Amino acid sequence: MTNSRTTRALQAAAGMIVLAAGWQILSMVSPHYLFPPVPEIISRTIEILITGSLLIDVLLTAGRIFGGLFGAFILGAILAMILGQSKTAENFIAPVLTFFQGIPALSWVVFAIIWFHGIEFRVLFIMVMTTLPAFTFQILDAFRSMSKDLFEMTMAFRPSRWALFRFLIVPTITPGILTAWKVNLGNAARVVVVAELVGATGGVGYQLLRQQQLFDMAGAMAWTLQLVLFVLVVQQTIAAIENWALRYRAVSERAM
Amino acid sequence: MPESAIRFTDVTKIFRRPDGHGDFVAVDRLSFEIARGEIVAVLGKTGCGKSTMFNIVAGLVEPSSGEAKVIGHDPFRDFDFFRGKIGIVFQNDRLMPWRSALDNVLLGLQILETDPKRAEDIARSWLKRLGLAGHENDYPHALSGGMRQRVSIARAFAVDPEILLCDEPFSSLDEMTAQDLRAEFVRLVRQNNKTAVFITHQINEAMEIGDRVLVFHRPARIAYEAKLGTAVTEDARRTVNENILRVLAVEDPRQVS
Repeated sequence: MTNSRTTRALQAAAGMIVLAAGWQILSMVSPHYLFPPVPEIISRTIEILITGSLLIDVLLTAGRIFGGLFGAFILGAILAMILGQSKTAENFIAPVLTFFQGIPALSWVVFAIIWFHGIEFRVLFIMVMTTLPAFTFQILDAFRSMSKDLFEMTMAFRPSRWALFRFLIVPTITPGILTAWKVNLGNAARVVVVAELVGATGGVGYQLLRQQQLFDMAGAMAWTLQLVLFVLVVQQTIAAIENWALRYRAVSERAM
Repeated sequence: MPESAIRFTDVTKIFRRPDGHGDFVAVDRLSFEIARGEIVAVLGKTGCGKSTMFNIVAGLVEPSSGEAKVIGHDPFRDFDFFRGKIGIVFQNDRLMPWRSALDNVLLGLQILETDPKRAEDIARSWLKRLGLAGHENDYPHALSGGMRQRVSIARAFAVDPEILLCDEPFSSLDEMTAQDLRAEFVRLVRQNNKTAVFITHQINEAMEIGDRVLVFHRPARIAYEAKLGTAVTEDARRTVNENILRVLAVEDPRQVS
């Protein structure tokens, strides 16, 4: 069977169509305030996208996700480089990060509300604290997987620290960085909603809270879809970057 | 006698065993000299410490005792002095998979901050000399083993090093390809007047390439040394071959008279 891009897209679309059809059947046999019809959800979704005042909430959430992820990525990359070069630093910092990993996102939300006043700083803090350990450990793993052979070969040319970083370390850790972004993006999308739900006055989470108060299921679905669409678009963008950055990899013609 | 390019004086290298129990002597009071422009083949059984000696010359490993000098400098301590002065061809090609053939050859030149235009001209000309014109943009996975090793030879020569170190560079190739590359390698070394240390475990290869052959015993110590060259007769070469075989066959090199 030819596993072409078109076939895969059709298979993915078929799954979504089955899900939508199932929902539509449920809406026919249940009250609409519990299971609104699919066309209504789609119409509300499009309405958000074309109404400037509503779209701002989506963009606000997207900005918070990017801000949090970018902050965690920069901090995580710096920490990973420090941990990768110093066993003492690893012994000192790694247990703290593991401890942070065990703290639920909701706890960070509560801590942020108690500690900080500014809404944006609260959200940024929550996003960074929940995604920092994963970024650090994933980049550290990528750094550790650096080939000893390639390291020795590069060192034979006596590179400066910058040249070593540029020519060997960056290309080595790039696949790990891209994986870290893909994994953390999903987590960040979930965490930002919780953060906005509790402590924000705008964004998708805030809008979801409003739909709950209005008992508007179509609205809740439409706002949820905004976030899902956002994650899908960004995932696809990362996948495109990944395909370009890792184009050197050999691909077997035989699929597994 | 020309000035030494490489001089080892009683060099010993001791490694800690990976399980932490005891030490392992890889190089044992090794002494030798290699003159500028000389091609020396180092021969020995697997695990005799040839590669450790190689890594000491390359400045990647520090001797436990003794003195190693390359162009009059300590290769480990004066690490930066050797920028662009040593070219290495490893046992496996060690090409960066994310770089094309051209970019792999460019690596050393980029590290040496050579003008990009000039660097590209140099890299292209070396690929051409090694029969890889037209493959400049191929990634390593698209090249055969022989072609990949040619790229790594081009990478070593491109920085115009004073000393070339080769660690069994053709051992993973088929005999025909290896023979071609050996001949090409010797021609390039002589043409460019380089000093070369060529590690191998094949007697024929050592005698084909070296002006001189050093035979190591385990741990690395010179068990036998023979000067070769175009003036040496066939009989003399046969004798050298037999002596090498005898040395490699005995457990203790001091038993060879």
